[in-house]
Order: sequence, then structure tokens, then C-alpha cells
Amino acid sequence: MPAVTETREAVEKLGQSSYKWGFETEIDMDLAPKGLNEDTIRLISARKEEPEWLLEWRLSAFKAWQQMTEPTWAKVKYPPIDYQDAHYYAAPKKKPGPKSLEEVDPELLRTYEKLGIPLHEQAMLAGVELPEGETARPPVAVDAVFDSVSVVTTFRKTLEEAGVIFCPISEAVKDHPDLVRKYLGTVVPAGDNFFAALNSAAFTDGSFVFVPKGVRCPMELSTYFRINARNTGQFERTLIVVEDGASVSYLEGCTAPMRDENQLHAAVVELVAMEDASIKYSTVQNWYPGDENGRGGIYNFVTKRGACRGARSKISWTQVETGSAITWKYPSCILQGEGSVGEFYSVAVTNNHQQADTGTKMIHIGRNTRSTIIAKTISAGQSDSTYRGLVRVLPKAYGARNFTQCDSLLIGDRCGAHTVPYIENRNMGARIEHEATTSKISEDQLFYCRQRGLSEEDAVGLIVNGFCRDVLKELPMEFAVEAQKLLQISLEGSVG
Amino acid sequence: MTQFLDIAGLCARIDADGQEKEILRGVDLSIPPGEVHAIMGPNGSGKSTLSYVLAGREDYEVTAGSVTFQGQDLLAMEPEERAAAGLFLAFQSPIELPGVNNANFLRTAVNAVRRARGQEELDAVAFLKTAREASKALSMAPDMLKRNVNVGFSGGEKKRNEVLQMTLLQPSFAILDETDSGLDVDALRIVAEGVNRLRSPSFSALVITHHQRLLDYLVPDRIHVMAKGRIIHSGGPELAKQIDSEGYTRFLAEAA
Repeated sequence: MPAVTETREAVEKLGQSSYKWGFETEIDMDLAPKGLNEDTIRLISARKEEPEWLLEWRLSAFKAWQQMTEPTWAKVKYPPIDYQDAHYYAAPKKKPGPKSLEEVDPELLRTYEKLGIPLHEQAMLAGVELPEGETARPPVAVDAVFDSVSVVTTFRKTLEEAGVIFCPISEAVKDHPDLVRKYLGTVVPAGDNFFAALNSAAFTDGSFVFVPKGVRCPMELSTYFRINARNTGQFERTLIVVEDGASVSYLEGCTAPMRDENQLHAAVVELVAMEDASIKYSTVQNWYPGDENGRGGIYNFVTKRGACRGARSKISWTQVETGSAITWKYPSCILQGEGSVGEFYSVAVTNNHQQADTGTKMIHIGRNTRSTIIAKTISAGQSDSTYRGLVRVLPKAYGARNFTQCDSLLIGDRCGAHTVPYIENRNMGARIEHEATTSKISEDQLFYCRQRGLSEEDAVGLIVNGFCRDVLKELPMEFAVEAQKLLQISLEGSVG
Repeated sequence: MTQFLDIAGLCARIDADGQEKEILRGVDLSIPPGEVHAIMGPNGSGKSTLSYVLAGREDYEVTAGSVTFQGQDLLAMEPEERAAAGLFLAFQSPIELPGVNNANFLRTAVNAVRRARGQEELDAVAFLKTAREASKALSMAPDMLKRNVNVGFSGGEKKRNEVLQMTLLQPSFAILDETDSGLDVDALRIVAEGVNRLRSPSFSALVITHHQRLLDYLVPDRIHVMAKGRIIHSGGPELAKQIDSEGYTRFLAEAA
């Protein structure tokens, strides 16, 4: 049940042509002054009552960031970002007293309502459990990130009983400092790249998941991000650790209100999978893409990386990227454990003036490691989309195998699609396959569908969904329906 | 008196590599309700163009004439509106839709048309039941509903899939564009039976064919000979045999 119905309804409403989630919530904000410097970082750290080691870690990341320059190798164009012209901390003002739903600003709840709410049932938010047998589907636990501060986390209890920790990372820092300290920055180091360093210095919140040995997480975990405050960059930090023989499926969904100014989003996601562990990380990203003239929209510069540390561990990334003005994102797998498996399934849709440079990195270190990459790129309008992927096989990765398939679909004659595969093989026994196709939706296909009674938009939706089928089938049910609708909506007005 | 379908003085052209090419040069044709008419004629006479123009393909520009379908101006309607109004075109070369499940495609189409006609939509179970029965009647392999639309279908399977779609969409007027081409005798009979099952006082069809054989199974009420973008001769079902033995030469000479 959860997200599905409401999400679908919300998405259908969205379908009435323009971006309907362009509302702004009037809410008391606690804002740090503009700009990023050591003082801002100290303020963030103090507000979050962080331990000294974390502040030091942030400051070292900041030092590294100051020495770095913004990467320019991606095929995206945007005006220079003034990093000192943004707020780095914004939190809804806290009222004193115990945390309960009544404590939550009603405006906030109304925002969730307007969202339709993938953050589903208000009842669930209130912690009301469902009657037995009301739903056949497993429940979804939600950690809502509302402009940097997680407000409500549901289903905590059920998870606790299973021994699973799922909470805002700021809370994890307080409640499970050893775990956070042990793993934070071990997959994406503080100074990994320009945007990751920025995130490490200034991250405000995010999610933390820990699944102990042998536990199959009893429900799918879900975080819905939403950027709300004007001019606040959002720097989410997510850390998921899954111990030996344990498994988890994590859903990440995003919507953001309409904005004129571009908003920067530089998240970092770190996944750690130990022996025989498996992590499935699914994203549906639907941030504001800017208007049809390319004004506004989110800049999405994200570093996502998973480490398959243990033997036979598995990390699977599935992403459906339909939003953002600019997407710069390469969810990757470090295949260290013997026989570990990395997967990347991606659909990236760009329309109007959107730009996407996305792909993956599969680093084969251990023996008999395997990776699969299926990337579907759809470009419409005057948009530009690039698949950029790296398959690297190190000398000791005997028996490593990779299969890559990149398909591009063009709609109209003013868009672009590019495929940039990097293959670095240092083991003669490795097997690497790469297949790529580029095609257009043909007039014949459209006419055939319309002759059977489908509207032009429905026809495009059907053809595009067919094109993306191999990826969509990897999504959990909740997301699959939403994703299909989103694909169609993002391509509205792209033909004819 | 207005007929079920009235085509009057229809002229249409296509822009081929920057050159305007006149293909239909004044087609006059009327089909009463409940009748099946056949169009025969030499290659390049405009038969397929006529079917495309009636179905609303945008590559063709109608330069003169009118088409009235059940009292409506057909040429003013979008292709999907024509489909909803009851027009069906069985394609000469059915189009492949990779990744699109055949049953899903059929159900989406059937429900789009049902919605437009003010009928209740079919749920997945009811639809599958109907679709399975219909495909069985056409001797189609059971897995064809599960496969992607026309992808990897043989020529015969594609044609049967067209007739299956026609059966499920329940049109009041069907155009069959060389549905018999590439079919062996058995398949031909099955396809013809599929069309015959739809025959009723409220179903008309226009059958485009090169061969008399289809018309043996699918006895038409009228046969028209088309050449150089016009109907140059019309007659009863016996015309098929005459064309089969004599060819089009005599009609062409008469028309000249």
C-alpha cells in the first residue's frame, strides 16, 4: 500500500502539465548567515551538538575543499556558482518539549499533505499501526528530511525490534557515535572530490542505516527529500552499513518546490556491504528541472558510492532521474570482496533545457567479481544527456566480468545523447562487454499507437516505458508505478 | 443520401524529398453500413495512401475533397479520435514496439477507446480472458500476448495480431491493407474467418488486396479498381475473377 496510491495521485495531479509542487511553506526558519567559512561549520556542528571529532573532520574537509577546484570534465554548462552566496544551514525552529506529532509545525504537515504524501499516511506519521491483514505489501518506513533536519521517523519501533537502526544521521552521531565514526568517510573520503568535500564540511543531515549480522530488514526503508528554504543548498549525508549476511532495500525519492534561482544540492551517499550482505538502493529523482526556457531548477551534484567489502556481497543501484536542471551523478561500486556483485540500472530523462551527465563506476578489485550496467538515456526538447561510465579491472581481479548496455532514445531533433564509456583492464582473464544503441521514436510507432486509440502523449509514454523496461523492473513496486508516470510526465509536450 | 462512409473528390499529396507528389487525384467512394468493399489495383495506384489518409497519417496533405464518416468530418479528426469513432486500420507492415508487452498494449488501446466511447474500462482479468479467447480463435500461440508488440513476430503472426487487435477494439469500420500478403493458405483462411466473424449490419470494411484468393473467403459486396489515384471501375464480387484472369489492362485502357 504505502507510497503507491498517494504518490500516484500526486503524480497524476502533476500531470496537469506544469510542476505542481511549486509551493513554498511559510515556516519559521533558523538560518545561518550566508557563506561558508570555519565559523559557519562550527555553528552547524554546535547546533547539532556534535562531538569534537566530527567538527575536526568537517574542518579538515573544508580545508581540503578550499584547495580544490570545481570539476569541469562533465558535459554540462552552467554559470559559475558563488558558494559564498548561499545559506549553509536552515532548520525549522524547534519548540521545547517532547517530540510528538503535535509538536511538528502544522505547516510542515500540510506540506507533506500537498506532496501527496509519499511520506504516506498521516496515520503512519502518527505512529498508528495498520490493522492486521489490511495490506499484503510490506510496509515502508520513512525518514523525512525537510530542509536538512529530519522531522519524523516512522516505524522506528518495528525496526528496533529487528535490531535495525534507521534514523537521521545527526541522531546517529549522538546515539551510535562509534558506528558512525567507524564508517563515515570510509567509502567517500572527506576530500574525495570537490562536491563531496563541500558536503563533508557542511552536511546538515541525512539518514543512517545499520543492519546487523544476519538480519533481513523487515521493511523497505525510504527517505523523501525536499528542498524548501529559498537559497539554502542542501547537503545530505547518507550512510548505510549492512553486516554479514544481512540485507536491506532503501528507497530515495525527491521533490522540490519551484524556484527561480538555481539551488545547489550536493549529497553524499556511502554504502558498506560486508560478507554475503546485500544492499539495494533505489532512487526516483524528480526535482524541479527549471522551466521550459531553462530558468531555475536544481543543480544535483551527487557522490554515491558503495563498497562491497565482504565476499559475495552485492550492491545494486537503480535510479530514475527525471528532474533537476543539471545532474552530475555516478553511483559506483567498489568490488573488493571475492565474488562480490555490483549492479547499476539507470533511466535518465532530460527535456527542455535539462542537462544530465550520469553513469557509474565499477571497480573490480577482488577475484570473480561481477558487474552489470544497464543505462537508458532519453533526451527530448533541447536537452543534453551523457552516459559516462568507468569499468576498471585491477590486476588481481581474476575472473572479473562486466556487461554494459547503454541505450539512448532521442525525441525530436534538437536534443543530444552521448555515451562515454571508459574501460581500464589490467587483468587478461577479465571479460568485459559493452553494447550501445541510439534510436529515435519513429513516426511509424506513434501513428500505430494513435491509430489504436492512444493519445500522442500516452503513446510516447508507452514507447518510453517499453524502452526502459529492463531498468524499471528492478525497482520496488512502490517506485515502479510512480516512475512510469513520472517518465511520461517529464516528456509531456516533447512531441508534436 | 448520406452513406456510412462517403469519400468525395479526395486529393492528397506527400512531400517526398522536397518534391510534392500527388498520389490521390479525386477518389470517390461510398460504403453503406454492413457492407464489405474491396479495392484492387496495380502497384502505386494509391491504395495504401488512401488507407493512411483515412486513418489520419500526418505525412499526407489533403488538398481537396471530403470524407464523411457516420455524419462526421473525418479529416478534421485526430488519428486517435478516428479510432475512438470506430475506424480501424490493419497495417500492411505492422510496427514493432520494443519492450512493450502485447497484452498491455492491447489493454491500453482497448481502454482508451472504451473511455472515449463512454464505456466502462476493462480490468486486467476481464481483459485477459477476452484476449485469450480471441487469440485462440485466431489460432495464435498462447505466448503471443506476453511477447513485445510485433517484435520477433513472423509475417503471419503480425497479420494475425492485427486481426486480434481489430477483434478486441470492435470497430464499426475496418480498413485491411493487404492483410493477406505473405500469408499461406491456412493463415489466410484463419484471418478471413476472423474478419467474417465481425460482419454484421453495423460493421463495414474496406479490403485492399492484390489477390482474388482472399476474396474467395471474404466475399465482398462491391469491388473497386483503383489506378493513378482514382477509382476507375466498380462492380460486384465477380469482378475479382475477371481481374485475376485478365489483369487491369482493360480497365486502364477504358479509363484513359
